[in-house]
This record gives sequence, structure tokens and C-alpha cells, in this order.
Amino acid sequence: MRMLEVSDLGHTYQGKDGAHTAIDGLGFSVEAGELVCVVGPSGCGKSTLLRTIAGLVRPTSGRVMLHGTPVDGVPSDLAVVFQDYSRSLFPWMSVTRNVEFPLRKLSRRKRAARAAEALSAVGLGKAGRKYPWQLSGGMQQRVAIARALAYRPALLLMDEPFASVDAQTRFELEDLLLRVRREQDTTILLVTHDIDESVYLGDRVLVLSKSPATVVADLDVPLGPVRDQIGTRASGEFVDLRARVAGMLQGNTPVGAR
Amino acid sequence: MNGAVRLAQRWAVFVVVLIAWQLVTTAADSVFFPTPIKIALDLQDKLFSPLLTKHILPGMGRMLFGWAVAGVIGVALGLLLGRSRVAVAYLGPVFTFLRSIPPPLMVPFFAASIGITRMQLPVIIFGSLWPVLLNSVDGARAVDATKVDTARVFRLSGPQWALRVLLPSALPKVFAGLRLSLSLALILMVVAELRGSEYGIGNQLQYARSDFDPLAMWSWIVLLGLLGYLLNSLLLLLERRALAWQPRHSLEARALATGG
Amino acid sequence: MIGLAGFFALWEAASRTGLVPDYYLRPPSVVLPTLVRLLGDNHFQRALVATVLATLIALVIATAIAVPAGLLLGSVPVVRRAVMTLVEFLRPIPSVAIIPLAVITVGSGPETKIGLAVYAATWPILFNTMYALDEIDPLHVQTARAFGVRRLSVLTRVALPSAAPFVLTGVRLALALSLGVVISTEFFTGGTIGLGQYAMEAAEGTNMMAEVLATTVLAGALGLGANAALEWAHRKAFAWSLPRGGER
Repeated sequence: MRMLEVSDLGHTYQGKDGAHTAIDGLGFSVEAGELVCVVGPSGCGKSTLLRTIAGLVRPTSGRVMLHGTPVDGVPSDLAVVFQDYSRSLFPWMSVTRNVEFPLRKLSRRKRAARAAEALSAVGLGKAGRKYPWQLSGGMQQRVAIARALAYRPALLLMDEPFASVDAQTRFELEDLLLRVRREQDTTILLVTHDIDESVYLGDRVLVLSKSPATVVADLDVPLGPVRDQIGTRASGEFVDLRARVAGMLQGNTPVGAR
Repeated sequence: MNGAVRLAQRWAVFVVVLIAWQLVTTAADSVFFPTPIKIALDLQDKLFSPLLTKHILPGMGRMLFGWAVAGVIGVALGLLLGRSRVAVAYLGPVFTFLRSIPPPLMVPFFAASIGITRMQLPVIIFGSLWPVLLNSVDGARAVDATKVDTARVFRLSGPQWALRVLLPSALPKVFAGLRLSLSLALILMVVAELRGSEYGIGNQLQYARSDFDPLAMWSWIVLLGLLGYLLNSLLLLLERRALAWQPRHSLEARALATGG
Repeated sequence: MIGLAGFFALWEAASRTGLVPDYYLRPPSVVLPTLVRLLGDNHFQRALVATVLATLIALVIATAIAVPAGLLLGSVPVVRRAVMTLVEFLRPIPSVAIIPLAVITVGSGPETKIGLAVYAATWPILFNTMYALDEIDPLHVQTARAFGVRRLSVLTRVALPSAAPFVLTGVRLALALSLGVVISTEFFTGGTIGLGQYAMEAAEGTNMMAEVLATTVLAGALGLGANAALEWAHRKAFAWSLPRGGER
């Protein structure tokens, strides 16, 4: 089943010095159950793309289809994990309340059960009563992931989710994400600027060009569902792929840009 | 957005309210609620009469003088005390207590002790002292340790330290205090003048009350609003100038958040 | 606490030694017993209750007006632009200037002092609510929107809680203002009851300085207590908004 289809997407916004085109004629699709990584140079419009898919930003051209329905406004079965966990969690709510936040429509008991389940899935079963500011950065981002999981979205969008944590925590969180998606079978679109991360996590990697962003390549990652930080990263396929992606990112400055 | 549209958005409601006020008061034709046009004309008459030099200017002058005295005492004392942990520990509660007394309540006390025609200035000074003083204490305490160490390393002299490190660091807080004090001074001016002053806008308000002249009262109220607006704007202008080196911050929000 | 005790000791000494004429500045050893006596006095009790009640009623009404108004002005730029000009003209008018006019038009009942106090107390709450909305983290709003929360619910579920500490600070400022205006109004509404009226009558009477000072000290203590209570509530309810270091 096709989960997401983005066709001929463009977004131009009015900046201080004239119009700026962040993305232009961008198209790709994501099948249900896939984990697709979008990798591109900093400032290429990755975040704009993600916000457009989430319905937070209206595209100036093209369209986004979520399981066959055009996206107009924020779809009800979609969740986002932002890079900046400290600003995306609500500081006035406990961890549990944060995870329960999007579950308004459920009964209180179901809400509590879902939150507890999601929190233990990310290894924070006992932190429910704490407040976000009492947790470390990595733990805060786990809470944000738990919140998105508890919502059980058809599509989970992640915007540079591990860019603000230290390297060790980053590895842990990457493996956590891989484990959770094996268990829950979620469709994930993850945006990152880190080439290694995109290859390590993705079933497919979409390489974007510099701004205005277009899809330069759509690569399959034949590394199988189970990966590990040391073995996988040392394998020939991994090294090959990351070299290819890196080459494309560096070599591919579209003619006329800049 | 278009400039003209913005201008219209800004002023439309104001103008509509003004017109509605005019229409309603014309229709009601009540002594208590004169039309805005009548008020404006009456205010104009008052401003171009001896009342200006006999009441408006001396009263405002006294208020500004009182505010300035409170400002000088408050800033000097506040910066001095703020740098001493011991002084703050001992005097903090005293100041907080004195500040908690609703300033208008100083009117009966000063009226009975100093005299009903002479108590206006002390009431204004006493009442508007606390916001400046306490904000200055806060400001002086907030000088960060690196700045203190830097000043030590460069062996700044006492006055240099006070004028070039302490005062600039504390200035945002000091200004917040000064603005709170200014609006407080205006309030206290009115309260104190309503009670037995020989001159001032408050005196004229009281006079209009005993004369049963609502039109005059409206005029004085409007004038006080205009003067309050003017003084606050001037002080804001000065503040923006003095704090131009500061990173952007919303001055009003800071002033309100730091409390008065 | 030592400081406060020292202050009263100094006051006592100044008054005893005649440094200031003790007829006017009665020493605490006279004022404090007077205060105790007054607190048992029926007339004074009624004045105290009248003033405190009027202040609190005004504060509740002002909050009920200012918080929704602040949310509206803070979240709808068009409304804000349209109304701010009017607000900028109304706000600088000192509420006490309206006292004489209010007394002759409305009368000298409690509704006059409550109305004037509401006028004075509305502004700090309104502005604090409005500015708090300006400071809301856009990512909080986006997060809520991304989870399908509708715009109106974002206002109550995200904007209001994140603005709440600011609003409470506004209420704290408004409390002091409201108490001041109630007392000021009482000065000029003869025949009603209240601390302001009581102090003014005592000041005009002979040999009543101890009563004047006792009322002043009591009002100071009230203000101090109310402020401390609100600060405590702030710390309790909004621990997340306090500056913190190393509480990991």
C-alpha cells in the first residue's frame, strides 16, 4: 500500500530580500511500513518539506497525498518528532501528561495505558511523574518519541530527531528507533543531514540537492531489518552506500543554483 | 501588508468609539456626560488660561521633582546596597515591608504630621521611591561574576567600576523601576492634591467637584491621561537610547515581569 | 527578620529620644498595642473587612475581564492592532483621577471603589497575558498542531498554561494597585466604611496618630502577606517556569 505520495511539490516564501524557493518540483513516495530517510545539505529545505507534509505549511505548488487523500491542513493520523526536544515537550506537564497530550479522544484509562506502554517501549517506564526539565537531553527526546508512538500515527515524521544529543546517546536512540519500528510496524519519514545516520536507519535514502531542493537520488538500502552499530557500520555495503550518498551530496550542485 | 490598510486598522476602532461617544452623549444630553467635543474645547480653554501657570505646571513640576528625588535616592542607595550581601539580607525585608504599604495610605500620615498643604511632595517621594530602589538592588545583584572579575583584573577604580560596569549592567532594571515610579508618582500627585493642596490638577479636580462641574472634571481627567502618556513616552524614548546596546527585548514585558 | 526587628527598634529609639517629634511618629510600643486593640474593635473590623473584600472582588472581576481579553489581543493580530490605540489612550489615565467624577455620578457606595479598582487592576493583567502570548515558543504550537489539535484548543491547551506564570505575576501587581485604589477612594467617600476612611478620619482627629500608624502598618502587613502568598503559589504551581541550575 502506498502511504505517502509527494508530487511536484514546491514552496516559495517571501523573505526580507525577495522570494525564496525552498523546494522545487519535488516528488517521491513512501510505502506503508517503510522507513525512509531524507538526507540533504544544511539549509536545503528539508524542514520545509517535512512541515509541508505535516500540513503545517501550505505548499505553493504540487500536492501531498496521505494514503490516497490530499493533505489539506494537519492530517489526523500523523505525528512529528522535532529536533528541539526541549522546546517541543511542554514544560508545565509531567512526562506522562506530555505523552497523553495528543490522546484527548480516548478514555482516561486507555490514555494512561497507552502512555505507560509507550514510555516503557522507550525505556522510561519509571519516569512518568517527572517533568521534562528533570531529565537529560536524550531522555527528553525519548519522551518525544514515546509521545509520537503512543499516538499510533499512520505516518511518523522525524525532523533531525537525534541532532541535538551527544554521539553515545545518538547511537542508543537510533537502535531504539529501529527496534520500535520492528515491533510496531510504523511508517517513518526521517529527515537528517547526517549521511551515516540516513544509511544506518533507512530502508531507502532520498538524497536532496542544495536549495531549492529536488530529489537527486532514491537509493535502496539492502542491509536487512536488524542492524547494529558496529557490525553494520563496518560492512562493505554500508561503506559503499555512504560513499555514494556523500559523493552525490558534494558533486550535485544543480546548474544555475547560486 | 499595505501601509494604508495598517493605518486604517490602527485607527478605525478608535475613531468609531470617539464618534459613538459623541453621538451617545449628544443624544443623552446629560450634565454628567458631556460630549467629547465639549471636553476638548473646555480643555483648550483651560490650557490657554492662567490655570496653566497657576496649577498645571507647578503641580506637574512638583510631581517631577519628587520623582527625580526618589530616582536619585533610589538608584544610588539601591546600587550601593545591592552590592552588599549583608545589607540586602538585613534591609531587604524592611524595604519589602515599606513597599507593601499602599502608598496612598501615606497621605493621612503625612497630612497629620507635616501638614495638609505641605504633604504632597513627601508623599510622592516616599511612594515612588520603592520601585526604583528595589529594582536597582536587583540590577546591582545581577552583575555577572565574569564582569566583576574582569573589572578586578583591569584594576578599575571605585568610581570607574560604579559608572562603567555596575550602572550599565543594572540599567535595564533601573529603567523598569523608574517607569513604575513615574506612573506611581502621577497617581500619588492626584491623591495628595485632591486632599488639601493649594495648587495642582488634583486641586482643580476637587474644586470642580465642589463646584459640581462634571465638564471640568472630564477635562482634567483627559489632561492627566495625555500627560501620563506623554511622560511615559518620553521616558521610553530615553530608555531606548540608553539601552540601545542591549540585545532586543520587549521592554514592557520586562518592566511588568520585574514587578513594582 | 533581624532587619525588620532592627527597623522597629530604630523607630522606637527615634521616637523615644525625640529625634522626630513623638507626637507624630508614635513609637511601635504604642502603635502595636493600638493595632491589637483596634483588631478587637467592631468598627475597625468592619472597615478592614470592607476594604479587603472590595479589593478581592475587584481583583476577581479584573482577572475575569483581562485574561480572556489578553488571550484575544495576544493571539489575533488584527484585533490587537485595532484595539491597541484605544488602550494606549485609556491606560495612562490614573484611576484615582476618576474618583471625584465617579463619586458624583455613581455615588459613594462600594460599587464605586470596586469599579475604580477594576479599572486599575485590569491593565497589568491584560498586558502580562498579551506579552506572555508573544513569548510562546512557536514549536510548542507547532507540536500541538502536528498532533491535530485545533487552533482554538491550542489557545486553551498550550497558550494559556504556558502564559499562566506571567498572568499570575500580573495578578500580583494588580493586587497592590487594587488595594491602593480602594483605599484612595475611601478617602473621598465620606460616610462609607473602609481602612482609608478610617485612617483619614483618625488623621483629622486629635491625638489619633497611633491609630493612623496602626492602620498603615496593618495595610503594609496585609500587602506583604498577600504578595508572599501569591509568590508561594507561583513557586508551587509553576515550578517549571522558575530559573534553575543543575537540577538534573
